[in-house]
Amino acid sequence: MSKSNKPIVWGLFAAGGMATALVTPVLTFLTLLTALHFTPSLFTYECLHTMASYWIGKLIIFVFVTLSLWHSAHRMRITAHDFGIRSDLLIAIILYCVAAIGTILTGFSLLSIH
Amino acid sequence: MGKKMNKNSYIREVPRASWFLKQPRYIRYMAREVTSLFIGAYTLMLVIAIKRVAEGPDAFQNFLEILYSPLGILFNISTLLAALYHSTSWFNVTPQAMPIQWGEEFVSGRIIVGAHYIIWIAISILILVFGV
Repeated sequence: MSKSNKPIVWGLFAAGGMATALVTPVLTFLTLLTALHFTPSLFTYECLHTMASYWIGKLIIFVFVTLSLWHSAHRMRITAHDFGIRSDLLIAIILYCVAAIGTILTGFSLLSIH
Repeated sequence: MGKKMNKNSYIREVPRASWFLKQPRYIRYMAREVTSLFIGAYTLMLVIAIKRVAEGPDAFQNFLEILYSPLGILFNISTLLAALYHSTSWFNVTPQAMPIQWGEEFVSGRIIVGAHYIIWIAISILILVFGV
Protein backbone atom coordinates (compact mmCIF):
# COMPACT_ATOMS: atom_id res chain seq x y z
CA MET A 1 0.00 0.00 0.00
CA SER A 2 1.36 3.39 -0.92
CA LYS A 3 1.91 5.85 1.87
CA SER A 4 0.66 9.42 1.73
CA ASN A 5 2.36 12.36 3.41
CA LYS A 6 -0.94 14.23 3.57
CA PRO A 7 -1.78 13.43 7.22
CA ILE A 8 1.56 14.95 8.34
CA VAL A 9 1.13 18.13 6.29
CA TRP A 10 -2.51 18.39 7.29
CA GLY A 11 -1.77 17.73 10.97
CA LEU A 12 0.88 20.47 11.09
CA PHE A 13 -1.50 22.79 9.22
CA ALA A 14 -4.34 22.21 11.70
CA ALA A 15 -2.15 22.41 14.81
CA GLY A 16 -0.48 25.56 13.47
CA GLY A 17 -3.82 27.12 12.60
CA MET A 18 -5.03 26.56 16.14
CA ALA A 19 -1.79 27.74 17.79
CA THR A 20 -1.68 30.93 15.68
CA ALA A 21 -5.41 31.57 16.19
CA LEU A 22 -4.95 31.39 19.97
CA VAL A 23 -1.65 33.26 20.36
CA THR A 24 -0.76 35.43 17.34
CA PRO A 25 -3.27 38.28 17.92
CA VAL A 26 -2.01 38.99 21.44
CA LEU A 27 1.62 38.60 20.29
CA THR A 28 1.15 41.07 17.42
CA PHE A 29 -0.53 43.44 19.86
CA LEU A 30 2.55 43.26 22.11
CA THR A 31 4.98 43.79 19.22
CA LEU A 32 2.82 46.68 17.97
CA LEU A 33 3.15 48.28 21.42
CA THR A 34 6.91 47.72 21.14
CA ALA A 35 6.98 49.36 17.71
CA LEU A 36 5.14 52.36 19.22
CA HIS A 37 7.77 52.61 22.01
CA PHE A 38 5.39 51.35 24.74
CA THR A 39 7.69 48.35 25.13
CA PRO A 40 5.99 45.62 27.18
CA SER A 41 8.32 43.75 29.54
CA LEU A 42 7.99 40.55 27.49
CA PHE A 43 9.62 42.11 24.47
CA THR A 44 12.80 43.35 26.12
CA TYR A 45 16.15 41.65 25.55
CA GLU A 46 16.44 40.61 29.20
CA CYS A 47 13.01 38.94 29.33
CA LEU A 48 13.34 37.12 25.99
CA HIS A 49 16.85 35.99 26.88
CA THR A 50 15.75 34.69 30.29
CA MET A 51 12.77 32.88 28.76
CA ALA A 52 14.91 31.25 26.07
CA SER A 53 17.54 30.21 28.59
CA TYR A 54 15.17 27.67 30.18
CA TRP A 55 14.42 24.38 28.40
CA ILE A 56 10.68 24.85 28.82
CA GLY A 57 10.95 28.34 27.31
CA LYS A 58 13.01 27.04 24.37
CA LEU A 59 10.45 24.28 23.81
CA ILE A 60 7.44 26.62 23.85
CA ILE A 61 9.10 29.10 21.46
CA PHE A 62 10.32 26.34 19.13
CA VAL A 63 6.99 24.51 18.94
CA PHE A 64 5.03 27.71 18.37
CA VAL A 65 7.37 29.09 15.68
CA THR A 66 7.55 25.73 13.89
CA LEU A 67 3.78 25.20 13.83
CA SER A 68 3.18 28.78 12.73
CA LEU A 69 5.75 28.48 9.90
CA TRP A 70 4.34 25.21 8.55
CA HIS A 71 0.77 26.39 8.86
CA SER A 72 1.38 29.53 6.86
CA ALA A 73 3.63 27.78 4.31
CA HIS A 74 0.95 25.21 3.57
CA ARG A 75 -1.81 27.79 3.42
CA MET A 76 0.22 30.10 1.17
CA ARG A 77 0.68 27.14 -1.20
CA ILE A 78 -3.12 26.74 -1.42
CA THR A 79 -3.53 30.53 -1.74
CA ALA A 80 -1.10 30.64 -4.69
CA HIS A 81 -3.19 27.97 -6.42
CA ASP A 82 -6.37 29.95 -5.73
CA PHE A 83 -4.81 33.03 -7.34
CA GLY A 84 -4.29 31.03 -10.53
CA ILE A 85 -0.62 30.13 -10.08
CA ARG A 86 -0.31 26.59 -11.36
CA SER A 87 3.38 25.80 -10.75
CA ASP A 88 2.48 24.01 -7.52
CA LEU A 89 5.67 21.95 -7.22
CA LEU A 90 7.92 25.02 -7.42
CA ILE A 91 5.71 26.97 -4.98
CA ALA A 92 5.64 24.01 -2.58
CA ILE A 93 9.43 23.59 -2.69
CA ILE A 94 10.05 27.31 -2.07
CA LEU A 95 7.53 27.65 0.78
CA TYR A 96 8.44 24.41 2.58
CA CYS A 97 12.14 25.24 2.22
CA VAL A 98 11.62 28.66 3.82
CA ALA A 99 9.65 26.97 6.62
CA ALA A 100 12.42 24.39 7.08
CA ILE A 101 15.16 27.05 7.14
CA GLY A 102 13.14 29.07 9.68
CA THR A 103 12.68 25.99 11.85
CA ILE A 104 16.39 25.07 11.77
CA LEU A 105 17.48 28.68 12.36
CA THR A 106 15.16 28.97 15.37
CA GLY A 107 16.50 25.70 16.76
CA PHE A 108 20.13 26.80 16.47
CA SER A 109 19.40 30.28 17.87
CA LEU A 110 17.59 28.81 20.88
CA LEU A 111 20.35 26.26 21.53
CA SER A 112 22.97 29.03 21.60
CA ILE A 113 21.09 30.94 24.32
CA HIS A 114 22.27 29.83 27.75
CA MET B 1 -29.12 18.04 -32.17
CA GLY B 2 -27.03 21.11 -32.97
CA LYS B 3 -24.32 20.30 -35.43
CA LYS B 4 -22.05 23.17 -34.37
CA MET B 5 -21.82 22.06 -30.77
CA ASN B 6 -18.42 20.71 -29.89
CA LYS B 7 -17.26 19.02 -26.73
CA ASN B 8 -16.17 22.33 -25.22
CA SER B 9 -19.56 24.01 -25.48
CA TYR B 10 -20.42 23.72 -21.83
CA ILE B 11 -17.10 24.83 -20.36
CA ARG B 12 -17.54 28.25 -18.81
CA GLU B 13 -14.72 30.73 -18.93
CA VAL B 14 -13.59 31.43 -15.36
CA PRO B 15 -11.00 34.12 -14.76
CA ARG B 16 -8.03 32.41 -13.12
CA ALA B 17 -6.93 35.11 -10.73
CA SER B 18 -10.16 37.01 -10.03
CA TRP B 19 -12.85 34.29 -9.90
CA PHE B 20 -13.54 34.94 -6.20
CA LEU B 21 -14.69 38.54 -6.74
CA LYS B 22 -18.08 37.29 -7.97
CA GLN B 23 -19.46 36.21 -4.61
CA PRO B 24 -19.05 37.65 -1.10
CA ARG B 25 -18.45 34.19 0.37
CA TYR B 26 -15.62 33.56 -2.08
CA ILE B 27 -14.12 36.92 -1.12
CA ARG B 28 -14.33 35.95 2.56
CA TYR B 29 -12.67 32.62 1.75
CA MET B 30 -9.80 34.38 -0.03
CA ALA B 31 -9.46 36.94 2.78
CA ARG B 32 -9.06 34.01 5.17
CA GLU B 33 -6.40 32.44 2.95
CA VAL B 34 -4.49 35.71 2.53
CA THR B 35 -4.10 36.06 6.33
CA SER B 36 -1.47 33.31 6.01
CA LEU B 37 0.83 35.76 4.17
CA PHE B 38 0.83 38.09 7.16
CA ILE B 39 1.15 35.31 9.72
CA GLY B 40 3.99 33.76 7.72
CA ALA B 41 5.85 37.06 7.43
CA TYR B 42 5.27 37.78 11.12
CA THR B 43 6.64 34.37 12.11
CA LEU B 44 9.78 35.06 10.06
CA MET B 45 10.06 38.32 12.00
CA LEU B 46 9.93 36.28 15.23
CA VAL B 47 12.62 33.93 13.84
CA ILE B 48 14.85 36.97 13.25
CA ALA B 49 14.02 38.36 16.71
CA ILE B 50 15.12 35.09 18.35
CA LYS B 51 18.30 35.07 16.26
CA ARG B 52 19.06 38.65 17.37
CA VAL B 53 18.48 37.69 21.02
CA ALA B 54 21.00 34.87 20.55
CA GLU B 55 23.50 37.35 19.07
CA GLY B 56 23.32 39.71 22.06
CA PRO B 57 21.82 42.99 23.33
CA ASP B 58 23.28 45.18 20.53
CA ALA B 59 21.93 42.95 17.78
CA PHE B 60 18.51 42.94 19.46
CA GLN B 61 18.60 46.74 19.70
CA ASN B 62 19.24 46.90 15.93
CA PHE B 63 16.20 44.70 15.42
CA LEU B 64 14.10 47.06 17.57
CA GLU B 65 15.24 50.07 15.50
CA ILE B 66 13.76 48.40 12.39
CA LEU B 67 10.56 47.65 14.32
CA TYR B 68 10.24 51.37 15.26
CA SER B 69 10.22 52.45 11.59
CA PRO B 70 6.90 53.48 9.97
CA LEU B 71 7.05 50.28 7.92
CA GLY B 72 7.49 48.25 11.10
CA ILE B 73 4.47 49.93 12.70
CA LEU B 74 2.35 49.46 9.56
CA PHE B 75 3.41 45.81 9.34
CA ASN B 76 2.40 45.17 12.95
CA ILE B 77 -0.97 46.90 12.53
CA SER B 78 -1.82 44.94 9.37
CA THR B 79 -0.65 41.68 10.95
CA LEU B 80 -2.77 42.34 14.03
CA LEU B 81 -5.87 42.82 11.83
CA ALA B 82 -5.03 39.73 9.74
CA ALA B 83 -4.41 37.68 12.91
CA LEU B 84 -7.77 38.73 14.39
CA TYR B 85 -9.51 37.74 11.14
CA HIS B 86 -7.67 34.42 11.10
CA SER B 87 -8.64 33.68 14.72
CA THR B 88 -12.35 34.47 14.37
CA SER B 89 -12.71 32.67 11.03
CA TRP B 90 -10.73 29.68 12.37
CA PHE B 91 -12.84 29.32 15.52
CA ASN B 92 -16.10 29.79 13.61
CA VAL B 93 -15.51 26.69 11.48
CA THR B 94 -14.39 24.44 14.37
CA PRO B 95 -17.80 22.66 14.59
CA GLN B 96 -17.40 21.56 10.94
CA ALA B 97 -13.68 20.80 11.28
CA MET B 98 -13.97 18.73 14.46
CA PRO B 99 -17.53 17.77 15.37
CA ILE B 100 -17.74 16.26 18.87
CA GLN B 101 -20.17 13.43 19.54
CA TRP B 102 -21.64 13.08 23.04
CA GLY B 103 -23.63 9.86 23.33
CA GLU B 104 -26.07 9.80 20.42
CA GLU B 105 -26.04 13.54 19.78
CA PHE B 106 -23.49 15.91 18.35
CA VAL B 107 -22.45 18.75 20.64
CA SER B 108 -24.01 22.03 19.50
CA GLY B 109 -21.75 24.12 17.26
CA ARG B 110 -22.34 27.14 19.47
CA ILE B 111 -20.77 25.38 22.45
CA ILE B 112 -17.68 24.33 20.45
CA VAL B 113 -17.19 27.82 19.00
CA GLY B 114 -17.90 29.45 22.38
CA ALA B 115 -15.38 27.22 24.14
CA HIS B 116 -12.70 28.25 21.65
CA TYR B 117 -13.44 31.93 22.17
CA ILE B 118 -13.24 31.50 25.95
CA ILE B 119 -9.87 29.69 25.70
CA TRP B 120 -8.65 32.36 23.26
CA ILE B 121 -9.59 35.21 25.62
CA ALA B 122 -8.11 33.39 28.63
CA ILE B 123 -4.75 32.81 26.87
CA SER B 124 -4.67 36.40 25.61
CA ILE B 125 -5.33 37.81 29.10
CA LEU B 126 -2.72 35.47 30.59
CA ILE B 127 -0.05 36.59 28.10
CA LEU B 128 -1.04 40.25 28.57
CA VAL B 129 -0.81 39.97 32.37
CA PHE B 130 2.64 38.35 32.22
CA GLY B 131 3.86 40.27 29.19
CA VAL B 132 2.99 43.91 29.75
